[in-house]
Amino acid sequence: MRARVYVTLKPSVFDPQGRVVADALVTLGYDDVKDVRQGKFFEVELGDGDPITAKARVTEMADKLLANPVIESYRVEVLQ
Amino acid sequence: MKFSVVVFPGSNSDYDAAYAASRVIGEQAELIWHKDTDLKGADVVILPGGFAHGDYLRTGAIARFSPVMGAVKSFADRGGPVLGICNGFQVLLEAGLLPGAMVRNDRIKFVSQLVPIRVEQTDTPFTAACEPRQILRMPIAHGEGNYYAPPDVLAELEKNRQVIFRYTDAGGEVGVEWNPNGSLNSIAGICNRERNVVGLMPHPERASELSLGSADGRVVLASAVKALASLSR
Repeated sequence: MRARVYVTLKPSVFDPQGRVVADALVTLGYDDVKDVRQGKFFEVELGDGDPITAKARVTEMADKLLANPVIESYRVEVLQ
Repeated sequence: MKFSVVVFPGSNSDYDAAYAASRVIGEQAELIWHKDTDLKGADVVILPGGFAHGDYLRTGAIARFSPVMGAVKSFADRGGPVLGICNGFQVLLEAGLLPGAMVRNDRIKFVSQLVPIRVEQTDTPFTAACEPRQILRMPIAHGEGNYYAPPDVLAELEKNRQVIFRYTDAGGEVGVEWNPNGSLNSIAGICNRERNVVGLMPHPERASELSLGSADGRVVLASAVKALASLSR
């Protein structure tokens, strides 16, 4: 079983890296780009088991280690 | 008096901190490997600068789970003085021993320069020997020193006088142009509510002798000696 975790800075936190990427895209001529938020993406390989339990465990992992809840939010998906 | 300096894999100011505590201040200093669970009779604990665990994931994110951190937390909970310098400050934030978090510097640049900071409070173990509003010149060297806390937490910090150091100009004035990394309220260092845990981004140990360009950092470690001496009287 595989889980995916998407981590992004909360909307209230300024993302300097995303801002630079947005500026670069505009410079390349993509002038419809208003903003970019850069984040992190994790694929977690798990042993076989119950997807509901797996989602709860991976959510715990995200909360404890993969994301810092002070500045980041996260979303967990479990793939069968 | 004994300073215990924690060594994480990737720490690089560990020897500098131990040198400043022993050779400059004249106290005992011992290096503690991050897998130890004993602080070897520490009177003061220093989490030094560097790139603990390569700064993978986020700065300090892996280091907070090092075995030694349990002992550091118990030491802090008992009121023991703990100083986090640069990466050590980031570890204290990730560990929840100090509030808030660090994000990438606002100008996406690693900043390495000597900067003035203003001492905001002198009732902590690491500012006890400072004059109120004293200006200290110390080097900063970091890519993620942009301090962030949600508005309610930031308001609490200010209300409880937990902001200990701010970036200023040489005359002690706060301003956007003197803020090297975009930190909220020009914050360079804070303490916990109990005031025994202090974190700062500038490096006092790298400004402990005139031959290093500044000896202003000496007072930070000397403060701990003064604070502990006044406790034991």
